[in-house]
Amino acid sequence: MAQRLVVVGNGMVGHRLVSAVRERDGAGRWQVEVFGEEARPAYDRVALTSYVDTWDEARLRLADHDSEVTVRLGDPVVAIDRNARTVTSRSGLVRGYDALALATGSYPFVPPIPGHDLPGCHVYRTIDDLDRIREAAGRLRVGRRAALVVGGGLLGLEAAKALRDMGLSPHVVELAPWLMPLQVDEGGGALLRRLVTSLDVTVHAGTGTQAVEQDGERLIAKLGNGTELDVDLVVFAAGVRPRDSLAVEAGLARGERGGVAVDATCRTSDPAVWAVGECACVEGRVYGLVAPGYAMAEVVADRLLGGSATFAEADTSTKLKLLGVDVASFGDAHARAEGALEVVVNDAVAGSYKKLVLSDDAATLLGGVLVGDASAYAALRPLVGRPVPGDPVGLLSGAVSAGALPADAQVCSCHAVTRAAVDGAIAQGCADVPALKACTKAGTGCGSCVPMLRQLLTEAGVEQSTALCEHFTQSRVELFEIVRSTGVATFSELVTRYGTGRGCDICKPAVASMLASLGGGHVLDGERAALQDTNDHFLANIQRNGTYSVVPRIPGGEITPEKLMVIAEVARDYNLYTKITGGQRIDLFGATVEALPAIWRRLVDAGFESGHAYGKALRTVKSCVGSTWCRYGVQDSVRMAIELELRYRGLRSPHKLKAGVSGCARECAEARSKDFGVIATEHGWNLYVGGNGGFTPRHAQLLVSDVDSETLVRLIDRFLMFYVRTADRLQRTAAWLEAMEGGLDHLREVVVEDSLGICADLEAAMARHVASYADEWRGVLEDQEKLARFTSFVNAPGTPDPTVSFREERGQRVPVLLGVPEVVGR
Amino acid sequence: MTEATTVCALADLIPDRGAAALLPSGEQVAVFRTGSGELFALSNIDPFSRAAVLSRGIVGDLRGVPVVASPMHKQHFALRTGECVEDPAVSVPVYPVRVESGRVVVEAR
Ligand code: SRM
Ligand SMILES: Cc1cc2nc3c(=O)[nH]c(=O)nc-3n(C[C@H](O)[C@H](O)[C@H](O)COP(=O)(O)OP(=O)(O)OC[C@H]3O[C@@H](n4cnc5c(N)ncnc54)[C@H](O)[C@@H]3O)c2cc1C
Ligand code: SF4
Ligand code: FES
Repeated sequence: MAQRLVVVGNGMVGHRLVSAVRERDGAGRWQVEVFGEEARPAYDRVALTSYVDTWDEARLRLADHDSEVTVRLGDPVVAIDRNARTVTSRSGLVRGYDALALATGSYPFVPPIPGHDLPGCHVYRTIDDLDRIREAAGRLRVGRRAALVVGGGLLGLEAAKALRDMGLSPHVVELAPWLMPLQVDEGGGALLRRLVTSLDVTVHAGTGTQAVEQDGERLIAKLGNGTELDVDLVVFAAGVRPRDSLAVEAGLARGERGGVAVDATCRTSDPAVWAVGECACVEGRVYGLVAPGYAMAEVVADRLLGGSATFAEADTSTKLKLLGVDVASFGDAHARAEGALEVVVNDAVAGSYKKLVLSDDAATLLGGVLVGDASAYAALRPLVGRPVPGDPVGLLSGAVSAGALPADAQVCSCHAVTRAAVDGAIAQGCADVPALKACTKAGTGCGSCVPMLRQLLTEAGVEQSTALCEHFTQSRVELFEIVRSTGVATFSELVTRYGTGRGCDICKPAVASMLASLGGGHVLDGERAALQDTNDHFLANIQRNGTYSVVPRIPGGEITPEKLMVIAEVARDYNLYTKITGGQRIDLFGATVEALPAIWRRLVDAGFESGHAYGKALRTVKSCVGSTWCRYGVQDSVRMAIELELRYRGLRSPHKLKAGVSGCARECAEARSKDFGVIATEHGWNLYVGGNGGFTPRHAQLLVSDVDSETLVRLIDRFLMFYVRTADRLQRTAAWLEAMEGGLDHLREVVVEDSLGICADLEAAMARHVASYADEWRGVLEDQEKLARFTSFVNAPGTPDPTVSFREERGQRVPVLLGVPEVVGR
Repeated sequence: MTEATTVCALADLIPDRGAAALLPSGEQVAVFRTGSGELFALSNIDPFSRAAVLSRGIVGDLRGVPVVASPMHKQHFALRTGECVEDPAVSVPVYPVRVESGRVVVEAR
């Protein structure tokens, strides 16, 4: 019978422990039950601050466990009875265990100064904390709003970022003479202060907070140096303390400075009880980072399944991006070793500070600090404790080659993956970073080792190709630039001059799409016809039996009864299966190739045009009914949706584009699941970008708020053209944005603030598109040569494909399935 | 005994694109004219989906071998041999094809 493992705490480390046990326990030796105090599924606390970007907790969520694991949320364990081997939860559940693992984490330390518990004082540890801060910030009246952060370490700067993103001006008070004293030295701290100050954060270093007092609806914070700050709220981020009280009450040994005492196997003084993560004190040391916690989780999982792993003193190297400033610290950052030498490159102009700590004979790298530019981190960290390869100043300029790394050097500290393991995986055939991630886990934690993984692949001779396909060594973006700047107008010229061979089903449609994005002309003109995928070739979507579907454009989903009747008549006369789509329009299925022109003639005559359901192009702009009818609507969402759909119809892009416009924040048009989504506000519109449904759903992120209609359209013009020019083939806007260096902030700089000075050009390109738009189906109907291609057989144009047959279902015609694929030649 | 069918004029075929033809036997053939001027004929039936669609695929080359990509699920078939590039155990029948006084003639197998 399975033994029972009870895990107390559903934070990052508790979650990892359970995954690690499930991964190893194929035989089902352990039945696992988890108790979590927080009422929500486990989430990525390291990324907590990014919650402010979207207020969407789903983005932080960690993978669910399989159904064998029982997870009880919002029900903390309140007592342990070690004799009976049971735990009791707050709701009164009593559960027996064979093994108990404590993963209760830490609680925020709040210095006991007068006023620390006034309303308006917060801590910074959980999603609930952030929700509370958000609510408090939302209640504030307009005017200059300020907040005080007590603590200038990692947590304090994270909190300052969150507050700034919520529109408050943060003040950070740090007792030590400089920020992040644990990680960086004085020189790094000085630069950090300068960089952070330029980001609207006021730093008060070398002084403490002595008291907080209520002043009407505001708070007055009194600092040790006499300064009085008038703020709206206070966030304590002055460090954490291990949550060991449950263990202590159960009589388990406690570390000298707190934490549940465990040995190198993570066992407490009771062999049936383990402790992992921030609540554990391993051989006298408590760790406040996630990587050592994960290592403990792996040790315990291994031991529970009969292994003999032990925890070695963990690497507390860190690389962070705080308020957009890179900070990294590794090894003996403070040069504490006897006789340690320091090499410092402090470039005030570039805004970077880099220090290496070397052994007294300058032969061994001991540690270092990087502020402002931490690009050398991935290469330097694994060299700690090893001979310095080459000139130390050269090393700081980032010129370390991965080849210098010894086989046992740890490349990924989050998952303790060595260079040998990565090389092994490459030898087994991993040919890119995603493959290495899947097979070694390296790179799946903080991500800071990814550049190193890329270097190791290159060192191993694995070419990391951005080539479009075997015919072009260039990426889509490069080819786009070539086509744009040279004006090459045909595929054959492009492949002759810049590629090899004759092309294939990858490069041909991609180039056809670029030619279409860049210039007018019909998508089936001349040679371009041969480049198109079958859908674009026949301007319809192929179905499983070789027939096609017909989707007329219905902008914004608005349609007159007369036009509805035309669709109904066409569907009836050609016997087409009819369905309302998920995109607020109507799809007519089952048309044979030779029937398409006649069907479209009827539709075009009635005023319909192509809906581009077949193209990598704008599909629909979905809309809600908006202020015209809806009692809540604050803007005319239908009018805006139609305007946008008509403006961008026909725009060929790297992948399909979808949009939505909602008339108020109730969001009935689901605009935030679209590539660009518009939501009406009292004063104008909010524009969201980078959303999609599909395989990996993404919520769109706010680009700008409260803009007027004209500005809205101008920004969408720029956004779309920038996407068309710089995205990879078949990369939707969400993936494009995720891959973009600097992410949403960078996008905003480019398309809102025009940091690259290209916006006029982007707008002009869109203006050309709008001016040259013509309905593709009308273009076919008016051109005998194009029409001639819509035949079933060259030698029997009127004869329908004899393999196509239909049956009836719920009163309509549907395809007869073509049978289990029977394969010739097997 | 093979039977020859004249299917169309050479000029009816768009370079690097296919066209479907119906043989008297009821078989469907996909006839391709590559950009370099070569002619090929394969069965029009995609063996993976059983739909008669190969003539509507994109023609190109993979490592120099002329191929057509099925428009259904994008497997490639060598135009010369009918062999599937992704799964050599699968192939489609090929038909002899030639030009006679400007007209394309396919022979049944
Ligand atoms: C007809 C429709 C389903 C329906 O009956 O409602 C549909 C049908 C197809 N979808 Fe879809 N999708 C339809 C709405 C959606 C939606 C919902 C929406 O738009 O509100 C989604 C999720 C939203 C999104 O795209 O972000 C959706 C996500 C996909 C995806 C996954 C995209 C992704 O980024 O992961 C594909 C695959 C692709 O595009 O590569 C896809 C591809 C397809 C294709 C084109 C597959 C194919 O190549 O044969 C289907 C054929 C359409 C046809 O023959 O006309 N369809 N598809 C809907 C047509 C909407 C329209 O009026 O144009
Ligand atoms: C804003 C922020 C930024 C950070 N950035 C970094 C970073 O960049 N790099 C890094 O390495 N680390 C970072 N950390 C620290 C990192 O999040 C922690 O090291 C990690 O979460 C520790 O995991 P844990 O499981 O030990 O504790 P936690 O994640 O805190 O989980 C403990 C869980 O146990 C629950 N619990 C407590 N008592 C009980 C009980 N009796 N019964 C049931 N449940 C209970 C708690 O509610 C909590 O959910 C950051 C932390 C914060 C807050
Ligand atoms: S989003 Fe708002 S305006 Fe539009 S239908 Fe819903 S409630 Fe009405
Ligand atoms: S070092 Fe964090 S993911 Fe590799």
